[in-house]
Amino acid sequence: MLAKRLFEAGSKGMSSCFETIQAYGLRAIGIGERLLPKTDITLCEQMVLIGSGLIWNVYFGILATGFGFWFAVFLSLGRASPLAILRVASAGFVFLFRGSPLFIQFFFAYEAFVLLPKVGLTLDLGVVVIDATTGWLTKAWAGALFVLFCNTAAYSSEIFSGAMQAVPNGQIEAARASGMTKFQIFRRIMFPNMLRLAWPAYMNEAIFLFHSTTLVFFSGFPAWRQEGDALYYASYFAEKTFNPFVPYPIVAVYFILITLIIIGFFSVTGSYLNRSVPQQRRVKPRFRPLLWR
Amino acid sequence: MFSVCTDPSLLSGFDWFACYLTTPKHLTFFGSFFLVLLLIAVVAPVALGLGFAAAVASRSASPFLSLPGRGYVALARGVPDIVFFLFVPIALDQAFEYLRYLMICPDQPGGVWQGNDFIVCSAAKLPLSTAAPIWHSVYGFGLAVISFGIVFGAFAGNVLVGSFKAVPIAQIQTGASFGMTDSQIFRRILVPQMWVFALPGLSNLWQILIKATPLLFLLGLQDIVYWARELGSSKTGIYAYPHPDWRLYYFAFLLIFYLGLTAVSEAAYKRLMARLSHGQGTIASAGKTSLRGGV
Repeated sequence: MLAKRLFEAGSKGMSSCFETIQAYGLRAIGIGERLLPKTDITLCEQMVLIGSGLIWNVYFGILATGFGFWFAVFLSLGRASPLAILRVASAGFVFLFRGSPLFIQFFFAYEAFVLLPKVGLTLDLGVVVIDATTGWLTKAWAGALFVLFCNTAAYSSEIFSGAMQAVPNGQIEAARASGMTKFQIFRRIMFPNMLRLAWPAYMNEAIFLFHSTTLVFFSGFPAWRQEGDALYYASYFAEKTFNPFVPYPIVAVYFILITLIIIGFFSVTGSYLNRSVPQQRRVKPRFRPLLWR
Repeated sequence: MFSVCTDPSLLSGFDWFACYLTTPKHLTFFGSFFLVLLLIAVVAPVALGLGFAAAVASRSASPFLSLPGRGYVALARGVPDIVFFLFVPIALDQAFEYLRYLMICPDQPGGVWQGNDFIVCSAAKLPLSTAAPIWHSVYGFGLAVISFGIVFGAFAGNVLVGSFKAVPIAQIQTGASFGMTDSQIFRRILVPQMWVFALPGLSNLWQILIKATPLLFLLGLQDIVYWARELGSSKTGIYAYPHPDWRLYYFAFLLIFYLGLTAVSEAAYKRLMARLSHGQGTIASAGKTSLRGGV
């Protein structure tokens, strides 16, 4: 029965599929056909539109990990700081974002971004001050990105803190003996070693974060003009066709492919980070995709 | 609830809040926190059982057992869990209704797939449209438990497979040299020893399970997220207790609830780990014995 339906969907021809790519290939960022397919949904339409939604997942994934990485390094430095206030502040931030569900964080942040400017309260986030002029933060591209950024920074800083503890003490002593300044020791000894040790765990974190980007459009942030991510379109199709057996496996395949790309990236960069380490002592990345947040 | 609450418009200050927070809807909201705890309490053993079965099956010598076991454990890899949470309930629902369709009204004109619709005769619907609303909730909760169980069972299987491997091989060899059978080695050596290796992974899973519970909302259940949105949204004068948009405070409350749950679980895990590593000959237990002046 399923095969018959797939065949019917496929038999509409390749040429019309090319047109579908033109119409819906960039639909998720507002380019192309305005109306989503409603009746006689073909397999091609599902694959193209869900693939177009993937743009958002990649956008959130790359930007949140890219910026979150540096914030995580600062957070782990803060947790090892001699200043009590820095230690408490960074540990509290990490507990807040690791101890609560990302789903609730999205809801909370969205309400905060919508409500606070309305009642005239201002909220100083450090990076930006929330007031009447920051309506753009209620849009997913900025608001959800901000939450994902904080979330991945908290999880990554936990990984980095652990890795900093594991840096061999002899190397630090040797650096101090050769007269390096504190900053030089961090820049040349601590940081490269920490990165090398943290890389396998950090790869898993990057994969989890990428998977978590599917939550954005199910958690308060509205998909403006039906411009959503891959899962948003998949659930749209499942709702329209009453057939979950086509769109969800499509999403799954896309995500497995991108997960493999992430693993490839981390293997290559990981062997670069381990370049000065004897072969048998290298830390190899292992794919252990387990976590939910 | 209280006698002063008969006319809310006359109330102010503390009385207003006392009455507001004890309206029937708020009591349902507080009740839905127990729904979350119930879900965790039901899913945890189900997932652990499924995961244990999968881990044992994947170790089997027969490919008929090991392949399904491995396939199931690998299922949760590489795909976002939320896809499973959206997919499994719909798929299960359709599977149940399809089975009932085959039993009750197989000669339905046009079959179940009519164009873009999935239609079964009303007698085969689940739950029946005549059923009380409570059964709709119970059915929804049941589907949620099954999908959480399947997803977390795969995770638990993944953890347990690793901890089976972590048991020192010398222990098993010793058992074999004493003439124990395979099942004796499994029951007396492997299973008792693997738990301490599984515990860090399982505790991690427990935290993940807690943090996955708000996804009940996606399955259409009236859970804490649903009520927080419902009760928090701004209420105009036609309501007994008018107030502006308070969703922020409701979600802050949920945030605190989850932070508390996490903190309590972490403390419990530390105590459990200390007890289980007692006498295991690891660094964690060595610290204990040396305090009492050596072994």
